[in-house]
Amino acid sequence: MKSKNIFLIVMLTLFFIEANSQNCSYTFTGVVEDFHDKSTIVGATIYIKSLNKYTTTDVEGKFSINGLCSGKVTVQISHIACETKTLTVEISKNVFKIFNLEHHIEELDEVNVKGNVLKKTKTSQETLLKTKTLENFSDASLGDAIKEVSGVSSINTGNNIVKPVINGLHSSRILTSINGVRLQDQDWGIEHAPNIDINAAGSISVIKGANALEYGGDAIGGVIIINPARTIKKDTLQGKFIISQQTNGRLSSFSTSLNKTYETGWFVNGQTSFRRAGDFEAANYNLTNTGLKTYGFSTNGGFKGFDKGFDIYYSYLSNEIGILRSSHIGNSADLVNAINNGEPLVVNEFSYDINNPKQEVKHQLVKAKLYKRLKGLGVFSLQYDFQHNNRLEFDIRRGNRNSLPATDLTLKNHAVKADMKFDANSNTTYKIGISGGYQNNFPDPRTRVRRLIPDYDKYNAGIYAISEFRFNGFLLSTGLRYDYNHIDSKKRYLKTRWNSLNYNQDFSDIIINEDSDEFLTNPKFNYHNLSASAGLLIDLNSENSILLNYGLSSRAPNPSELFSDGLHHSASRIELGNLRIQPEKSHRLSSTYTYVNDKVNFSIEGFYNFINDFIYMEPTATENTIRGSFVVWSHIQTDANLFGVDTTIKYQFSDNFSISNKSSLLKGIDVTRNRPLIDIPPFKTVSTLQFIKPEWNNFQTTLQSKFNARQNEFPNNNFTTFVAISGQDELVDISTPPNAFHLLNFTSGVDLNLFKTKIGLQFSVDNIFNTSYRNYLNRLRFYADEIGRNFKIQIKINY
Amino acid sequence: MKSIKLFALLFISSLAFTSCSDDDKEDPGSINEEELITTLKLTLTGPGTATTATTIEYKDIDGDGSGQAVITPAAGLTLAKNTTYTAKILLLNETESPAENITTEVADEADEHQFFYTATSSLNADFAYAGTNDSNGNPVGIDFVITTGDASNGSITIVLKHEPNKTAQGVKEGNAANAGGETDIQVTFPIKIE
Repeated sequence: MKSKNIFLIVMLTLFFIEANSQNCSYTFTGVVEDFHDKSTIVGATIYIKSLNKYTTTDVEGKFSINGLCSGKVTVQISHIACETKTLTVEISKNVFKIFNLEHHIEELDEVNVKGNVLKKTKTSQETLLKTKTLENFSDASLGDAIKEVSGVSSINTGNNIVKPVINGLHSSRILTSINGVRLQDQDWGIEHAPNIDINAAGSISVIKGANALEYGGDAIGGVIIINPARTIKKDTLQGKFIISQQTNGRLSSFSTSLNKTYETGWFVNGQTSFRRAGDFEAANYNLTNTGLKTYGFSTNGGFKGFDKGFDIYYSYLSNEIGILRSSHIGNSADLVNAINNGEPLVVNEFSYDINNPKQEVKHQLVKAKLYKRLKGLGVFSLQYDFQHNNRLEFDIRRGNRNSLPATDLTLKNHAVKADMKFDANSNTTYKIGISGGYQNNFPDPRTRVRRLIPDYDKYNAGIYAISEFRFNGFLLSTGLRYDYNHIDSKKRYLKTRWNSLNYNQDFSDIIINEDSDEFLTNPKFNYHNLSASAGLLIDLNSENSILLNYGLSSRAPNPSELFSDGLHHSASRIELGNLRIQPEKSHRLSSTYTYVNDKVNFSIEGFYNFINDFIYMEPTATENTIRGSFVVWSHIQTDANLFGVDTTIKYQFSDNFSISNKSSLLKGIDVTRNRPLIDIPPFKTVSTLQFIKPEWNNFQTTLQSKFNARQNEFPNNNFTTFVAISGQDELVDISTPPNAFHLLNFTSGVDLNLFKTKIGLQFSVDNIFNTSYRNYLNRLRFYADEIGRNFKIQIKINY
Repeated sequence: MKSIKLFALLFISSLAFTSCSDDDKEDPGSINEEELITTLKLTLTGPGTATTATTIEYKDIDGDGSGQAVITPAAGLTLAKNTTYTAKILLLNETESPAENITTEVADEADEHQFFYTATSSLNADFAYAGTNDSNGNPVGIDFVITTGDASNGSITIVLKHEPNKTAQGVKEGNAANAGGETDIQVTFPIKIE
């Protein structure tokens, strides 16, 4: 435990105390309080590094250190289950200070993810985003928020559909857990953003790599864990409002939450949010039909005691998202025309209307969980959840069919899990768990469009064991997991397609019926996946620590990789699944070095990910139809290597000023073909200069510089197509990445206290110079620029 | 140990839940893609009574499937030099029986559709819109006129755009460069002018 480490350090450093001959008589006194509810914290350690003096707070949270000389001293305040705080105090007379610690009542049930704001893993490359950071993204999406983590980027469809990319991997390779429930929302699609309301999150953990085995074994890219706001065992009623308004897209957003907790352990929380925007603007033109309308609410309640507890959670989220009108095109010739035109072909006046093409997605989640502490053994917990996801996609259609969705998928998912954590011995803990699930996908034929993803039932079962050992400043964790997946689908294949994929040779046994032009097939597949992880944390001393990590993970192909079959309008390509796809397997080695002192906070994370049978799409043919020609992209497998470095540094060069930088560099190579992988985020570096003056109502202002390099390593998938306008074949340049860009952002804010109400005001400007730029990882980069300058005000009220 | 019992209860009930939802499911039926266009028929009629109508057809019966499209006659059309032909386009969905006439659907939404015609540079042919315009007085192009020049060889391409910007520069005159929209049809026929 932290305090134990500090104690050790203190004992060691005692040997090196230097005699101090100065006459020093100042006294430094103070109180340590909980940041959230102002309750005093008992037994916090106050440690003056330079003098090797330390004391602890008494029952009233007070402490006193005397015999100090004038000058600056560095004070480290720590408490079990709190974030350690380091700051500098000027001693020129007797000093009294109040310190606020981010105190998390030590989880009575550590197994219960809910409410535990501490990191989820101890030996992974994990970054925690706290409420305060997330509140800045109250009017944005999950994908926007977690880009705050070095090495995390996003793959976008326009500016509203933002999918997280962790160390170059995304979609099915990232596992998203909300409130302990694995999100099941058709995450295979690049234009399917995670159905998460960021306002429902209290904190978010981003774990790079598949080292959080209790959440799943197939997260080759990483794990995103969303925790609701924690509950305090105290009689309180807390509420929060966040209102924000933006100029770009004339976006308005509103979010509120109310938490009622009781001393006895009972609690009930409610939260709702609403967000609406019209057409956004690029630097030089309107992005027609890019509005959105989203609303959601969640509620949970339960009982949280030391030896037992339960909670029930429900959430609803509805998203209606317009897709840039100009990106809805026909054949490859339209794509050439759009690329060569340089600007969107349809630019209209601003409007709040959301027309086709658009998406309407509704996601519901119900969860029930209970836990019980078994004396001298540990904590047992049991959970059931149900999710219902309905995705409608509307295309521009002929003959009054615009109100009829072109895609209508309903995904239902039941899951149960049980686990037991053996934590009676604090130096060695074990956790074992089992899980099971059933999933059903139903593509509604009312669309009158051939099914892109077929009807299927999917069953899965998993078992895992993880352990944690502490010894001599080392922390070792290991884990092993096995998953079984069974998929049973009913899919209709056009006979021509079936034959051209040579399925007639290998899969003739799965045909169960046929008519004049189609086969009805019943593909059934079983996948067995093994995953493992090992991590070692070495605390060299109070300032330096090293993390070493290995993760083995394997992922069964998703329904899209197996079955997808159809035309993708905004990409002008036919995308085909492949029944022959086998699971992909990743070996990821990583290491982190962290240096922390009162002025400098530095960490460098490196990783090497070897992926065998990496599943990806590649252009394999050109097909001529009555609509012109289309490139066929098929799912194939190769061996891939991804490796990179992410750095984070913060330097506090005075009480008020700090400067920080986050950079990430990544490479992705298709080893089999010896060429770069597609859609690898380019080098990115973000620098922030911050000024904070707590005396001026907690005034703070930041200036941020974001630089994205051009991706110079990309596979060449260019092709030529016949363009009727020019009467000849023209090059379709879909490969060349856009140029590098640099953006400047500004934020400033104050916190006001009115009676018991805390009001935060914030003003910000994004893209100050209205730079026009395009992003390599935006699927609509062929059609339009990214959004231009944006002024934003936000009011936050805590009561 | 109460929780163990509870767990067992929950697990069993969820198994029951999942297993019963698996039963009595119907096989997914075939979807009749109503918007499918399988066939474009171009009928050309020369001047005077001496020339009878000639027809050429492009047919791709499996839509976005991988089946090959068929042009009949495969060799294309042979037109007389320095002659004006009236042309008419017929669109069909032949997966239905009887075949559905899609041209009427296009005519009904005339303001959202426009045909464009181009010839390869080697071919001496010019095009002009004919027939009724849409409600805004802009061309639709189901009917048009081909005027041939001197003897030459090449091909013509017929494009149907859905939701083009008909007021953009050159679009009314038959140049699709600024039209935007999406291509519903793009068909090329070999043509010989003698």
